[in-house]
Amino acid sequence: MIPAKKEMIKAMEERHGAKLQKRFLASTVAVCGLGGLGSNIAVSLARAGIGKLILIDFDRVDITNLHRQQYKASQIGRYKTDALCENLKEIAPYIELETHTIYVDEENVPDLLKKADIICEAFDKAECKAMLVNAVLEKMPDKFLVSGSGMAGIGCANSIKTRKVTNHFYLCGDEVSDVSNGIELFSTRVMLCAAHQAHAVLRILANET
Amino acid sequence: MVKINGELFDVDGKSVSEYLKSAGYDMKRIVVERNGDIVPKLQYEETMLTDGDSVEIVSFVGGG
Repeated sequence: MIPAKKEMIKAMEERHGAKLQKRFLASTVAVCGLGGLGSNIAVSLARAGIGKLILIDFDRVDITNLHRQQYKASQIGRYKTDALCENLKEIAPYIELETHTIYVDEENVPDLLKKADIICEAFDKAECKAMLVNAVLEKMPDKFLVSGSGMAGIGCANSIKTRKVTNHFYLCGDEVSDVSNGIELFSTRVMLCAAHQAHAVLRILANET
Repeated sequence: MVKINGELFDVDGKSVSEYLKSAGYDMKRIVVERNGDIVPKLQYEETMLTDGDSVEIVSFVGGG
């Protein structure tokens, strides 16, 4: 039996208070990329009671994704947007989800992200990260942007940090560990960076930054 | 002197694009902020660094 909406809201209020619950519920967060970072960010934000998520990824679930992404073996082959929506609805039945199974580029950024209060950059390629960050900071400077860079390898967890670069731009990760140096990603360290990003979102909404 | 990523450099009068090339940055993987505002990529050549400027250059790495 799925709890009624007001029961879910009450449970959230018991956890983090009515004031924050109202803020979280009223907000829209875009997650660009639904891989190791994005799927984990989305799960954290859904659990925290964020009212609406805009989920963007062109790709399908692959067997190698299960290593660190919030998908199930039964979902291999499905679009990440579909699979993640299914998983999120089981966690937060009343969350509003808007999906775009599309490749993000400079042209479609403004249209895709215009309704978001906060944008999470969760791509895997460095060039795509740079493209999105430049596009958002240039064309949508009033929006908050939280990006992730540097989480590869099995190095120390303590080097994953959150840095406020400017008033609207936060950067999470260790900023150096590049996956292309033959160093692989681990679910734990990726999840740490994703948690930093989701936490930055909650802190922005709570006016804590 | 211009502060770039927390360090001081004697680059007054250099364009952003000159500095980036001389410092070996990969132009496709960076974002540049100068005095709190983003420098659009198309303006790298014509934006001149001036004494007292505070610049942040973020170099993105892969993985996520």
